[in-house]
Amino acid sequence: MIHSLFLVNASGDIFLEKHWKSVVSRSVCDYFFEALERATEPENVPPVIPTPHHFLINVLRHRIYFVAVIQSEVPPLFVIEFLHRVVDTFQDYFGVCTEAAIKDNVVVVYELLEEMLDNGFPLATESNILKELIKPPTILRTVVNTITGSTNVGEQLPTGQLSVVPWRRTGVKYTNNEAYFDVVEEIDAIIDKSGSTITAEIQGVIDACVKLTGMPDLTLSFMNPRLLDDVSFHPCVRFKRWEAERILSFIPPDGNFRLLSYHVSSQNLVAIPVYVKHNISFREGSSQGRFELTLGPKQTMGKAVESVLVSSQLPRGVLNASLSPSQGTYTFDPVTKLLSWDVGKINPQKLPSLKGSVSLQTGASKPDENPTINIQFKIQQLAISGLKVNRLDMYGEKYKPFKGIKYMTKAGKFQVRT
Amino acid sequence: MEWASQLCENRGLGSKMTDSKYFTTTKKGEIFELKAELNSDKKEKKKEAVKKVIASMTVGKDVSALFPDVVNCMQTDNLELKKLVYLYLMNYAKSQPDMAIMAVNTFVKDCEDPNPLIRALAVRTMGCIRVDKITEYLCEPLRKCLKDEDPYVRKTAAVCVAKLHDINAQLVEDQGFLDTLKDLISDSNPMVVANAVAALSEIAESHPNSNLLDLNPQTINKLLTALNECTEWGQIFILDCLANYMPRDDRESQSICERVTPRLSHANSAVVLSAVKVLMKFMEMLPKDLDYYGTLLKKLAPPLVTLLSAEPELQYVALRNINLIVQKRPEILKHEMKVFFVKYNDPIYVKLEKLDIMIRLASQANIAQVLAELKEYATEVDVDFVRKAVRAIGRCAIKVEQSAERCVSTLLDLIQTKVNYVVQEAIVVIKDIFRKYPNKYESVIATLCENLDSLDEPEARAAMIWIVGEYAERIDNADELLESFLEGFHDESTQVQLQLLTAIVKLFLKKPTETQELVQQVLSLATQDSDNPDLRDRGYIYWRLLSTDPVAAKEVVLAEKPLISEETDLIEPTLLEELICHIGTLASVYHKPPSAFVEGSRGVQHKRIPARAGSGESAESSDVGQSGPSEAPPAVIPSQGDLLGDLLNLDLAPPTATVPSVQPSMQMGAMDLLGGGLDSLMGDDSDTPGGRTEVQSPQPSSDYRERELGGDIGGSPSMGAGLGAAPAAMPASLGAAPAVGGGLGDLFDLGGGVGMPTGSYVAPKTVWLLAMKGKGLEISGTFARRGGIIQMDLTLTNKAMSVMTDFAIQFNRNSFGLAPAGPLQVLTPLSPNQTIDVSLPLSTSGPVMKMEPLNNLQVAVKNNIDVFYFSCQYPLSLLFVEDGKMDRQVFLATWKDIPNENEAHFQIKDIHLNSDVASNKLQGSNIFTIAKRTVEGQDMLYQSVKLTNGIWVLAEMRIQTGNPNYTLSIRCRAPEVCQFVYLCYELVLKN
Repeated sequence: MIHSLFLVNASGDIFLEKHWKSVVSRSVCDYFFEALERATEPENVPPVIPTPHHFLINVLRHRIYFVAVIQSEVPPLFVIEFLHRVVDTFQDYFGVCTEAAIKDNVVVVYELLEEMLDNGFPLATESNILKELIKPPTILRTVVNTITGSTNVGEQLPTGQLSVVPWRRTGVKYTNNEAYFDVVEEIDAIIDKSGSTITAEIQGVIDACVKLTGMPDLTLSFMNPRLLDDVSFHPCVRFKRWEAERILSFIPPDGNFRLLSYHVSSQNLVAIPVYVKHNISFREGSSQGRFELTLGPKQTMGKAVESVLVSSQLPRGVLNASLSPSQGTYTFDPVTKLLSWDVGKINPQKLPSLKGSVSLQTGASKPDENPTINIQFKIQQLAISGLKVNRLDMYGEKYKPFKGIKYMTKAGKFQVRT
Repeated sequence: MEWASQLCENRGLGSKMTDSKYFTTTKKGEIFELKAELNSDKKEKKKEAVKKVIASMTVGKDVSALFPDVVNCMQTDNLELKKLVYLYLMNYAKSQPDMAIMAVNTFVKDCEDPNPLIRALAVRTMGCIRVDKITEYLCEPLRKCLKDEDPYVRKTAAVCVAKLHDINAQLVEDQGFLDTLKDLISDSNPMVVANAVAALSEIAESHPNSNLLDLNPQTINKLLTALNECTEWGQIFILDCLANYMPRDDRESQSICERVTPRLSHANSAVVLSAVKVLMKFMEMLPKDLDYYGTLLKKLAPPLVTLLSAEPELQYVALRNINLIVQKRPEILKHEMKVFFVKYNDPIYVKLEKLDIMIRLASQANIAQVLAELKEYATEVDVDFVRKAVRAIGRCAIKVEQSAERCVSTLLDLIQTKVNYVVQEAIVVIKDIFRKYPNKYESVIATLCENLDSLDEPEARAAMIWIVGEYAERIDNADELLESFLEGFHDESTQVQLQLLTAIVKLFLKKPTETQELVQQVLSLATQDSDNPDLRDRGYIYWRLLSTDPVAAKEVVLAEKPLISEETDLIEPTLLEELICHIGTLASVYHKPPSAFVEGSRGVQHKRIPARAGSGESAESSDVGQSGPSEAPPAVIPSQGDLLGDLLNLDLAPPTATVPSVQPSMQMGAMDLLGGGLDSLMGDDSDTPGGRTEVQSPQPSSDYRERELGGDIGGSPSMGAGLGAAPAAMPASLGAAPAVGGGLGDLFDLGGGVGMPTGSYVAPKTVWLLAMKGKGLEISGTFARRGGIIQMDLTLTNKAMSVMTDFAIQFNRNSFGLAPAGPLQVLTPLSPNQTIDVSLPLSTSGPVMKMEPLNNLQVAVKNNIDVFYFSCQYPLSLLFVEDGKMDRQVFLATWKDIPNENEAHFQIKDIHLNSDVASNKLQGSNIFTIAKRTVEGQDMLYQSVKLTNGIWVLAEMRIQTGNPNYTLSIRCRAPEVCQFVYLCYELVLKN
């Protein structure tokens, strides 16, 4: 089971350690530092690092490495999932998960970690339960506590801890009862030189913000549930009902949570909402290269493509770029060779383009590699897979809640090869 | 005080009030200040002081000096303060064991608190105080908490048992906590069940003897019910536990699968992967024509694909596991090739894994796509990745014949890029393609030769030289090319030198007239000017061959080479089976069996049961950490022998070797060659390959190709070695578990045997039948007693040149009636160079005849070639039965009853164990300590042993503190046994 946890910042300093069994010397992290040194990029550190007596499993989040030390055979995914949960909890409690925030709240952090894991076994990882045990710090509460001497540690056993619905506390009360659902789809795609799709898939999630009094029992049905053949549910969803009727039936947690995530695989046809025309060429013996990019909408079901951001890692030999965008602004970082172009909205009548020349270092040979173009965009009010919610009903409570559903499509890892 | 005023200031200014204030230090000395504050009367001040202490602790400062002051704050009704003090206690109790006792009272009191949260907190913290002295005070409160009315307290207490076991295992057993824990599996609350399972699993890991997780259909049913209702973490524990169960039949298997399948849709990837493990394992039992089997296969793909859209770390672990799954059941993901396509900003560790799986999934149907992708990758920035992509193209060519032409042209395109490392990798893989498809793509040789000058890596140079030598007749200036390499002969690496030597000899045999000078030059360079024995040996062999009989030399050196196999770096099947049982674990990430690398505090036990038909890896001998002969060879093969062996094997064997008569060892063969000239070489050539096997590790065919190539290009790590993640480590693991053909049986063997008694000592295997006496069959073995079953663990090695089949075994009558309890299960024919491990269960109901020595066993083994006889001696401890613990009274009576002249005295020397350890050790071999007495610093242990034939042996062992020599007195009605019992004592205590 998980023995210890070390938090390491970007400059390679351990700024927090927590041990759940006996104390493991922080020198164990030397193996991690070695791996860190070998890695070309911070994110290239291997997730599992063996040492003579331990294994180090690390995740990098918010520029902090969370390094877990384990000693016996433990499922690595178990450890990684737990570390993710730690990160989420910190973010939930402190708004951000940064070294400063953690140091500012070190005692709460310690109390949280102690509450989340006992002897390496996860104890309470649901945000609802944790918040009942340890109240999140707010400036007001800190002041009040200091004056009155009260504590930010709950004195009672959290109600959800052992109930059949551990994710929900009892006695929830709201004056405005509302339930919002966001259907967010991300397109991961690789488009080849000629513009044809090599692989495209959709990662979708339905995130919910439910503020409902009492113990509501919700059902959510879809117009086209057949799209959802590869789904991961929040534990609150009744799986049998889904299997039988393709209806999501659940008692929701209180507040924000991810109801389900789904995956529309590359075997289905995925609509690609933007296209890129590009011409990036270097000539042998010349220190100048041509650079032309034009973006256009494609299969957007009439919706506007917004917040478009194009970025590309140009070859190492590139010295500078002198380009002119038809709209938006571009930057080129001559050190990292990262070109990024903030396009904004695509106007189908007047397609945005970025044209000009790039200069190579004098004497540098024609670059071997072709840059890949990364595109980010958003399309409001559209789930590109075609998923549509049919209706949302509530049982178990008498009031009429306010319900809302929003759709959005975003680019995930959307890459165009040149 | 200073700090307090600072606090007031903060409040006055309304500035941000955060915990960072706890880090501010004062000039006077922090500890001193804190001490004063901790002893303050004001509650609030106390709490703030404890917070400061905790803050210091988190950054690794030593604040243990404040122990008494902090513990004084423990008696409080302020829960936050209590928690903080507990946090402190857990960290420092160990360093202040005497002080820690101060805390005991509060724990005991808190365990009675009306608030379940406080009861749980107390029991939780108690277990974390890792101080031996106080653990016994904690037993009573823990016992109460295990039976608490509140499930929250019970589930916390369950974990506490595991903690306590880690500190003092004996205590936990004596107090009966393990039984209570087992009862909790039937608890009404699913969380309690999950925690009980988790605790038991953890204890079982360090406690192989106990049958802790005794899984039967009833408990399985309870677990499956709890599975639906407990938290995600609990689900992982339960699924991992389920994976150890062995269903009785396919119907039970199916019903478990059906109930586990919904877990595949869980949001927690660890739950998903644990569920995949259970399904992959239980699927083995389902008949393939069952509809459900097909449904299940289909259901497995989507969750695996989904794992790949998660964060990169999760992807990495998922990919390592998918790599196993794809090898075991390629059909699951055969249509999902595209999800493994690499995104340019994937971390390198994800890229490399994806690439590996792409090649495994490559087939005629998708090869075009795959090749286009690989070509794309070959132009990326990351050098490691590019190299691997180029090699992957070569692997595709070898795997999918239809694509070979396209692969070659892709490789040629890449060579045109002139990117140095791309060219070198391409040449290395083209050499493999030539090996696979001889006389097909030689037209590209000209292009390759153009790049000769840019090659600076040994592997690429060696590959190029091999190509030039192999096709010397088609390359007009082959002699010039090779000569150019010869200039810097002594600066080249061994690999290149060996290759150059062979290539020039080949050239000479093909174009003898114009290259005489060249060959003489290289032979003298290799033999006279080199210090490298491999090179010298190879040079001498060629020299003699050439000078004595050029025709024979031609036959030998230019012999047709065996084709290389399609799939390289596949994980050896037995290991794969084991790893499938460990999906989701560290073992699956490293593709090594858990025993090979997880050190843990006590080591991890193999999950398997003994003696299922035909299986039986080298069994416990490797577990116990003995370097038995089955394990040693891979490690100790000297590279010299390897290379020379390769050479002989490759170049001599195919045309001539027919009759296997294995006699001289490797060394002898080589000596003859050098001393006796060509005659002996030709005379011995059929022996030498046999001799070669003497040093060859018992590796099955997956190694075959590598070896062949190794011989050819001088021991270079072949393509497979470069690509596969593990090959470098594989031989070791293969050596440890070399059984082949165990198949399905093994899979279940691995699964079922949690908590198998493995305590008894098992001697390392010794060679019983030498290959030269067994017409090529070598048998080594040992005896073991596992869970009351006597087993003979055999390793059969075929060192002859032909396949062996039809194995059978028989024993001569012997002193204790040992006889095989079943036939010798060697299911598959034993092919040359193959090694198989077999466990033969023995019974004691055979015919009895007194042997000399008493423990002598005469064995006959038959195969399709002949019947072989050998004799071996078994340790008498084999016959010590499990119920050999005599009642005290009976012991006393019996002791007196046996005449004094039947008593034998022995000295066991040089044992540095205390009496408890010794007694524990002996108990592992069924020598039971009945009573212990301490007289004047001398421990007297009274022990009893019962043999399978009902003979009782009583012993008294005297241990004097500080004296490494034990005195042993043994009484038995059959005095001739005493000597052998003594030998067992010695064996057990010394190992």
